[in-house]
Amino acid sequence: MQLRGPRATAVALTLPLLAFIGLSFVAPLGTLLSKSAYEPNVANILPRTLAALDGWDGDGLPPEAAFASLAEELPKARQERTLVRVAGPVNRLKSGMRRVLTRTARQVEKAEYAGSWRETLIGINPAWQEPDTWLAIQAAGARFTLRHYLQALDLERRPDGGIGLRSEESRIYMPLLWRTLLVSLGVTLLCLAIGYPIAHLIATSPPKRSNLLLLMVLVPFWTSLLVRTTAWIVLLQRQGVINSLLVALGITPDSERLEMIYNMTGTFTAMTHVLLPFMVLPLYSVMRSIPPTHMAAAASLGANPVQGFMRVYLPQTLPGIGAGGLLVFILAIGYYITPALVGGRSGQLISNMIAYHVQTSLNWGLAAALSSILLVAVIGLYLIYSRLIGIDRMRLG
Amino acid sequence: MNGDAPHIEYIGVRKRYDRSNWVVSDLDLSVERGEFLTLLGPSGSGKTTCLMMLAGFEAPSAGEIRIKGAPVDGLPPDKRGIGVVFQNYALFPHMTVGGNLAFPLEVRGMAATERRERVERALALVRMEGFGDRRPGQLSGGQQQRIAIARALVFEPDLVLMDEPLGALDRRLREELQYEIRRIQRQLGVTVVYVTHDQQEAMAMSDRVAVFRAGRIEQVAAPEVLYEEPQRAFVASFIGENNLLPGRILSINKGVCAVEVDGRQIEAAHIGGLPVGAEALVAIRPERVRITREAGQLANEHEAQVEDISFLGDHLRVRLSLCGTSNFIAKIPNIIGHGGILPGDTVQVGWAALDCRALDVESN
Repeated sequence: MQLRGPRATAVALTLPLLAFIGLSFVAPLGTLLSKSAYEPNVANILPRTLAALDGWDGDGLPPEAAFASLAEELPKARQERTLVRVAGPVNRLKSGMRRVLTRTARQVEKAEYAGSWRETLIGINPAWQEPDTWLAIQAAGARFTLRHYLQALDLERRPDGGIGLRSEESRIYMPLLWRTLLVSLGVTLLCLAIGYPIAHLIATSPPKRSNLLLLMVLVPFWTSLLVRTTAWIVLLQRQGVINSLLVALGITPDSERLEMIYNMTGTFTAMTHVLLPFMVLPLYSVMRSIPPTHMAAAASLGANPVQGFMRVYLPQTLPGIGAGGLLVFILAIGYYITPALVGGRSGQLISNMIAYHVQTSLNWGLAAALSSILLVAVIGLYLIYSRLIGIDRMRLG
Repeated sequence: MNGDAPHIEYIGVRKRYDRSNWVVSDLDLSVERGEFLTLLGPSGSGKTTCLMMLAGFEAPSAGEIRIKGAPVDGLPPDKRGIGVVFQNYALFPHMTVGGNLAFPLEVRGMAATERRERVERALALVRMEGFGDRRPGQLSGGQQQRIAIARALVFEPDLVLMDEPLGALDRRLREELQYEIRRIQRQLGVTVVYVTHDQQEAMAMSDRVAVFRAGRIEQVAAPEVLYEEPQRAFVASFIGENNLLPGRILSINKGVCAVEVDGRQIEAAHIGGLPVGAEALVAIRPERVRITREAGQLANEHEAQVEDISFLGDHLRVRLSLCGTSNFIAKIPNIIGHGGILPGDTVQVGWAALDCRALDVESN
């Protein structure tokens, strides 16, 4: 196909857009996804050690060549200040390895050569005579790895090579993911239960009142998320407005102030409030397009108000329910700031864990794996939705 | 229920939405069983409000509506068993045509087999057999209105209300459906209350027409009576075309009065007990006006100036200067030609005294 004249100009005009999409969407997402399974650092820094470990099957100690290469590559990495990139991943596979590696790297240069590197290293740190230590280095050295995904799904590789569930007390992420899904579902249903009547009221009010009501929905929407969340803290905390009022009215004794924040209740309350406009607006848009004569027609045909609502009104608002529900659910599933501020210990969601791994534990591979699982969950939901309702029928307002 | 009572009675019904304006005031009207009654009037005259009160969507502010002799105050619309056809069809877009028709039967708990049979019958009634599986959005406006009519009839109500059902259709389709609605109404013998602002539609379809103006009924009568014997100037001008000449009554003699109009004397039928000296509007139908060249041949003969002539195929429309107006219209049927009348000619115009009515001047 040849591009000439206006057609070429048209294509050229889309280039900035394509570049923008590439830079802002494809590239970060691709990097993220690749981080979850591709970890070349250890392989790049300890290439010869890993090569020497290649034929070793974990039985007994590895060959002398592995000890020799490590004794050479560790100090080199220390000088080049890349040792931390090895220590982190290995430490995650066997705790305590960060210290073992940094100390060995520092001491191996000054150490007295004991006839073999094997003896020398074991002399520096007895950890080097444990096959587990070497297995950890071997595992961390794989460029492509599924261990982040295994960890994110609370699975582990058994000694026999099979894959199984971790012991119950060390399962962290799947319960958290379930909690996140359940909270998102709960918030979505709450938003629907509160938002549907509001949207109906706005859609059926005379213009003056409906504009005012719409403004009341939009003003919080335009207000900073932090302001709204902290407002809930002011209202709900132990010494907050609601508790003080209840105590002042004598409804609850001072010693039994309600715990409404820094737990799941706080997360639910604040998230529902913050996400409500995303439910109201698509619903309002759909409801406004339903002629009021439809309900009148249903009544004239003998349907009581409940029948009319269930058979005539509700089915016509399904595209709005779908759009609003999907929007709220997708936003809720990745919600971070609100749970972090008002969720306390029990109200944390998967995003808070991702943030922890990005900012504190610096385990980006695991953070990326968790994000990918979240992304897959959202895409799966979207596909189910488009199968059931048809994405073309969705109305986002 | 009273077997002799009219099907519908409005007794002193009034309605207002705010404190100041009566949308409907002092409405008394009764509709017989099997009658086709049209509420006719300009928009905002209260006719739709009357219909909505009857359907149960609005409640009268005062007065009473009875159906078959029984007051229906407080009876919700779904308990009234009245079929309603809306202007914009109000078909449910998420159901098929068949689903729409089956809806009133389903909410009544009818068995599926009987439902199907009734739906088929209703489709046949409006000549839409085989359209049951379509969606309303796939139909033309006229087809949608047929389905809306079928839906209002499928549960066999004996009263059907229609609110400007043909308002959104073009003229040819409208005429076709007017005929269809009339045929169906006669075939089923249902009572129909029909709202329209189109006086031709009202004339073509109705047994009786109630002419509304500003929330009141001006006159209720059969179409030909409304046309021939309007009781009020508004009806005379709203139904068909009329020349209305303002004047003063000089004398009254056995149902005929003499009216002075712009210095001339016109004889007219005396309507509504206007006293001598009262101001009156004289109404003359354009097609009842005769034109000749020579004087002395016509009753109520007056000299007039021809202003303009339009040839309209079946008739000539002649605009004349007469009695202080330059917009006096005469329609000459195109049977014998127009005798060579040209604009600017001076001619004699006249009409039978009983074709001309002296009506009360209303405060508009």
